[in-house]
Amino acid sequence: MADLHKLTISELSEKLATGECSSVDIVTDVLSSIDANDGKVGAYLTLNREDALAQAKAADERRAAGENLPMLGIPVAIKDLLNVKGQPCTCSSKILEGYTAPYDATVIAKLREAGAILLGRVNMDEFAMGSSTENAALGKTSNPWNLDHVPGGSSGGSAASVASDEAIASLGSDTGGSIRQPAAFCGCVGVKPTYGRVSRFGLTAFASSLDQIGPITKTVKDSAMLMDAICGHDAMDSSSIEMDVPTFGKKLTGDTSLAGMKLGLPKEYFVEGMDPEVEKSVRDAVEHCKSLGAEIIDVSLPNAKYAIAVYYIIATAEASANLARFDGIRYGMRIDGKDPADLYGKTRAAGFGPEVKRRVILGTYVLSSGYYDAYYKKAQKVRTLIRDDFKKAFEQCDAILAPVTPTPAYKKGDKTDDPLKMYLDDILTTPVNLAGNCALSVPCGFASNGMPIGLQIIGDDFQEETMLKVGHAYEQTTEWHTRKPEIS
Amino acid sequence: MEYEATIGLETHVMQKTESKMFCACKYEYGAEPNTHVCPVCLGYPGALPVMNEKAIELICKAGLLLGCEINPYSKWDRKNYFYPDMAKNYQITQADEPICLGGEVTVEVEGEMKTFTLERIHQEENAAKNTHVSGASLVDYNRAGTALMEIVSNPCMSSAEDALAYMAHVKQIMQYGGISNCDQEKGQMRSDVNISVKPVGQKELGSKVEIKNMNSFAFIKDAIEYEIERQIAVLEAGGTVDQETRGYNPDRGETFVQRTKENAHDYRYFPEPDLMPVKISNEQVEQWRSELPEMPTQRRERYVSELGLPEYDAGVLTADKATSDYFETVMTHTKNAKAVSNFIMGEMLRLLSETGSSISACKVTPEKLAEIIALIDAKTINTGGGKQIFEVIFNDGGEPKAIMEANGLAQVSDDSALEGWADEAIANNPKPVEEYKAGNGASINFLMGQVMKASRGKANPGAVMQMLKQKLDS
Repeated sequence: MADLHKLTISELSEKLATGECSSVDIVTDVLSSIDANDGKVGAYLTLNREDALAQAKAADERRAAGENLPMLGIPVAIKDLLNVKGQPCTCSSKILEGYTAPYDATVIAKLREAGAILLGRVNMDEFAMGSSTENAALGKTSNPWNLDHVPGGSSGGSAASVASDEAIASLGSDTGGSIRQPAAFCGCVGVKPTYGRVSRFGLTAFASSLDQIGPITKTVKDSAMLMDAICGHDAMDSSSIEMDVPTFGKKLTGDTSLAGMKLGLPKEYFVEGMDPEVEKSVRDAVEHCKSLGAEIIDVSLPNAKYAIAVYYIIATAEASANLARFDGIRYGMRIDGKDPADLYGKTRAAGFGPEVKRRVILGTYVLSSGYYDAYYKKAQKVRTLIRDDFKKAFEQCDAILAPVTPTPAYKKGDKTDDPLKMYLDDILTTPVNLAGNCALSVPCGFASNGMPIGLQIIGDDFQEETMLKVGHAYEQTTEWHTRKPEIS
Repeated sequence: MEYEATIGLETHVMQKTESKMFCACKYEYGAEPNTHVCPVCLGYPGALPVMNEKAIELICKAGLLLGCEINPYSKWDRKNYFYPDMAKNYQITQADEPICLGGEVTVEVEGEMKTFTLERIHQEENAAKNTHVSGASLVDYNRAGTALMEIVSNPCMSSAEDALAYMAHVKQIMQYGGISNCDQEKGQMRSDVNISVKPVGQKELGSKVEIKNMNSFAFIKDAIEYEIERQIAVLEAGGTVDQETRGYNPDRGETFVQRTKENAHDYRYFPEPDLMPVKISNEQVEQWRSELPEMPTQRRERYVSELGLPEYDAGVLTADKATSDYFETVMTHTKNAKAVSNFIMGEMLRLLSETGSSISACKVTPEKLAEIIALIDAKTINTGGGKQIFEVIFNDGGEPKAIMEANGLAQVSDDSALEGWADEAIANNPKPVEEYKAGNGASINFLMGQVMKASRGKANPGAVMQMLKQKLDS
């Protein structure tokens, strides 16, 4: 093994350009890494080796014909809720077993165009509902840094595959923190782009007004490069914004100065019960940014404390409708009944896991006649207040620094008996989804038990460039991102 | 006790768009089941709706034609219910911010002009078509997601006649406006009827019963009449009418309970997060207003004032858009409006009704009718010959001149031929000749008939009359 699997997109992109290695070499190495580690990590749900190698061969041919796109020949793991034509798309749910996607999600079509290799499909919490990937119905995924620990979720397979060098990069989705939290738990970089930046067409919806596809990678620059490939307006998604396709990757250079940059620190984000090691790592990171020339100012996000309540009303309400289509009529699992209602009941009872049922019931309840105003409508009003908080904060600063999670990755089973405890894990990530702006997670330390800690960098609407610049400067002047887990 | 009914209609009209409301699939009536489908209209994971701009134009034009206000800001909502005809198990519709607000129509009901007001028109997507066969249900998603608008009237009608006149008027306007073909057999126009009954003079309305999904005017009339009687009978017997949803069984001529109030759906409406609100500017509305086609009332007035047609003719010609369009096209080839009108009201409508065919598919194209009229106007044939040619083309097709020649229909004005026939008629019919000479002018008509008969209809009637008079008066 030439250890190509341990490298980043930007490193491999250079090697491919100079002919030092081929895409087939990279994919072969990554497949070996999967063979060596995935029995323990459990990131992948499906992997089609022949197809991956065939794509790599095609990418090498494109390069031989003169193409030199940054992502050409780079293998990427795909969260199992993105539709890839001809492949399964289970969302780690029994109800979608047997379903084969008849079309490509827009991000997948864009990756194909960019020449990336669609490596395989990685595990997740069922329908992206969860924070530990323990709600997955079709696979068990472990944290590569300690196999007894959860990888985070819902994009747990995406983060675990990148952390264990079983993929060079991965696509996840973030509805309430589902990219940033597993990235932090696994020591990766994860980006939740601004709502509307990346087309959602082909992303199996959890909560339509919150979902956003984004990268999980080994470095900030890699995330920027993957973003360049997947961003852009899509006529198939009415919520996608008409903006020029960005070039985030090129803008991240050797310049690591943050001079002239104002970074906000929200006091509300250092919550009660926060793990002291997490708080210390984040405060150290803030000091580090100061040393790079940034001015640190206090900002306030007073309504952030309502984010969890608001999130679990809006997300579940939307999910209750989004998941109604899984009914056993047209695709996936079907358990016959004496009439349609009986068929629906039996199919959904057998096909959905307990957390999905819990959220569908909750969402149905908050939309019910007589409760709508008290729950859904009020939640939408508070959502506006949360958004206003961010708007005000960004009048004072260029980006916000915060922790990603109150604690590092915990042991499997620690929170499975208490869903509310699990929900509270999302307290620091959900405000951004509700407000719609962008945020990333970048490694900023390790707890004494060896589990990674993430720093959250929050940007204003469509200010990914600024956010990535801060992340890149911090990352390139620290060494946290260079550490690799020993998988045992 | 005397009772009165209060009726409101929710009329669903399928718009004439190339593609469906939220995807690019086209709609084709009668196509092989499930051939016009895609991930969006089949509710596949990850598929997203994209709004059909043409449908928005059509609903706004419909609104303008029905006197609605166009809402500058309207939005989409999800209406949640589980049924196999709705792939996503929610319908995208408009709950509290519809595109068109208010509106009214004035129609004649049994000789009286009545104004009926609208509450709103909103845009939504159509459901799939379910077919129940023994032991199974089949779903055809070709219709799923097609553009459907719902015209909601206020509860402002009081009889089946009101409802029918209202719907006929709406249908006519939709057809004229190019909004919809409103072909009821194809389900392009369906109505739900809300009916309540109360003692005359009582202020508050009685319990409302909704009769769902009827496409035929005849069924709607029967259903309303049945339902009014049923509700009165319930009240007369001292009972109360239950608020419920009923269906209509045309075989039995009865309505029947489909869903009681206790079992009513909770649709859990909430804003559709996959679609942006619809914003329509004043300029856009004015642009659309300027593009509105002429309506039947305007056409009727124009036929009278500009073409000099009798009111009656104008009414018949504009009753149906296809007929009126046909008339308009013929008029681009001729100036003889009355002749065109006579042919359409006479031969055309008679033959169409006898054969059950439609004017748009008629073999007598507007060009051919204009040619027939030109032959008459040039006195090459007489009116009777024109009618014969019309009927031949109607049945078998062909060219007017060729048929005229083949059947020897060219009019004879040649004096020597006419003189022979006239002399024969006078010689063979002494009695009418006597009468005419005795001062009974009308008797000449009999002789005229004899000449026409002898000429097998080809004689020029004017020339015959002149010749007969010449011979008898001298």
